Amino acid sequence: MSLIACKNLKLGYEGEVVAENINFEVNSGDYLCIIGDNGSGKTTLVKTILGLKKPLEGEIVFGEGLSRSDIGYLSQRTDVQKDFPASVMEIVLSGCLSHMKHRFFYSKEEKKLAMDNLEKLGIAHLSKSCFRNLSGGQQQRTLLARALCSTSKILFLDEPVSSLDPEATKDMYKIVNELNKNDGTTIVMISHDIQSVEKYATHILNISDHSTFGTLEEFKKMEESGGNDNG
Amino acid sequence: MAELFSKLAYYFQYPFVRYTLIVGVMIALCASLLGVPLVLKKFSYIGDGLSHVAFGALAIATVLKFSNNLPFILVVTVIVAILLLKSGQKNKIGNDAAIAMISVGALAVGYLLMNLFSETANVAGDVCSTLFGATSILTLKESDVIISCILSAIVILVFVLMYNRIFAVTFDENFSTATGLRSGIYNLVIAIITAIIIVLGMNLVGSLLISALVIFPALSAMRVFRSFKSVTVCSVIISVVCAVLGILISILLSTPVGATIVGVNIVCYTAFFLASKIKKVT
Repeated sequence: MSLIACKNLKLGYEGEVVAENINFEVNSGDYLCIIGDNGSGKTTLVKTILGLKKPLEGEIVFGEGLSRSDIGYLSQRTDVQKDFPASVMEIVLSGCLSHMKHRFFYSKEEKKLAMDNLEKLGIAHLSKSCFRNLSGGQQQRTLLARALCSTSKILFLDEPVSSLDPEATKDMYKIVNELNKNDGTTIVMISHDIQSVEKYATHILNISDHSTFGTLEEFKKMEESGGNDNG
Repeated sequence: MAELFSKLAYYFQYPFVRYTLIVGVMIALCASLLGVPLVLKKFSYIGDGLSHVAFGALAIATVLKFSNNLPFILVVTVIVAILLLKSGQKNKIGNDAAIAMISVGALAVGYLLMNLFSETANVAGDVCSTLFGATSILTLKESDVIISCILSAIVILVFVLMYNRIFAVTFDENFSTATGLRSGIYNLVIAIITAIIIVLGMNLVGSLLISALVIFPALSAMRVFRSFKSVTVCSVIISVVCAVLGILISILLSTPVGATIVGVNIVCYTAFFLASKIKKVT
């Protein structure tokens, strides 16, 4: 059984269909990239899988005992966050909340987990800094560290490099790849950057009028035969 | 100076002066706690709308001649808070208009009812004191003080216990929901305690001025401090200090309590604003 299976998904807002006939599955250890034109429904798909909105039709099945609290999510930054007074540590710690059940305050273990994740991403020295004063790359690492506090099983990343400079972009891809290869974290990433997708991904989901899903090899073959105009 | 203290000591012999100070500090503390998440969530206007609803509820309670108005006003305000929150989750633009409609509507109906059914000769005075707080020192009953203290204690307790979750939901509601935190419940908690604070604060500073107690300390603190915790702690300190100063000034100079407290808050905000500018330059 796969970690997540989507069958005949139809996505949209208030009756307006954004994308339909989406079928794919994610297995443990996969690195799935979701590609597609602007407005094709990539973010909507991820939000639907995460339970932030309901699908119009179809079903999403969580397997292998996967629950909401096993999910990490790196969303696109919101307006609220741009001017939010919060330290890096406060934000990263909040990723631990999903495992705390009925406890109100953070324990030593959670503080250690947060610190470990900051070290893993190379921003331990920033733990007391103010989030809004950080660079784009540092902000993304902070939010990634928070996602890692909530899980090491599966990470959803919504265009994690969209606002980063080339150097920070390279670093971000490297970090995500290491998480996938070394820690066995399953990755589901929305991306625009086909070159990087081909470098790291194991599976590709292309959302368009005729959505396609397959392994990287299948995707490349399709691209060569001209069966895919979006590639 | 000595004269000043003896004058204060003279006033503090009276229980209602002490009550005013106790209730003032409690309300200021609660209002400032909630202010930080409300301002950051861009919910300040909900507080403003709710205070007008509380005014309308008070007018209805007066007409119906309840022996104790507080429970009725509290229930009405909490229900409206929940409704506003629910409609806000569905669509953002409609919500903005809905709040404007409800708040102005409640204000008008309240004033109308007070005019039609008032038994006292001084309707204008009654309305004025409900909107802007009592003109001089309050005449709080002991029972009011006890209720205010209990409710404030509940608000503080809930806030402290939920602090980490309130932070998470305020900073990133989508992440919280996606990782399995029930954001809806925490938003509900925020809405309910906001309603409680507004109803409590209405006694002290009046329904038009209560949202000032909620937003000013938070905005002042955010000017200077950079973490959620330091902003929260600082806004509590600012709020309590301003409330105490405001009450003392209003006793000494016989100025209206509510307006004086808000005035002190404005001065404080200006000071923090300048401090942040100077900090940036250096």
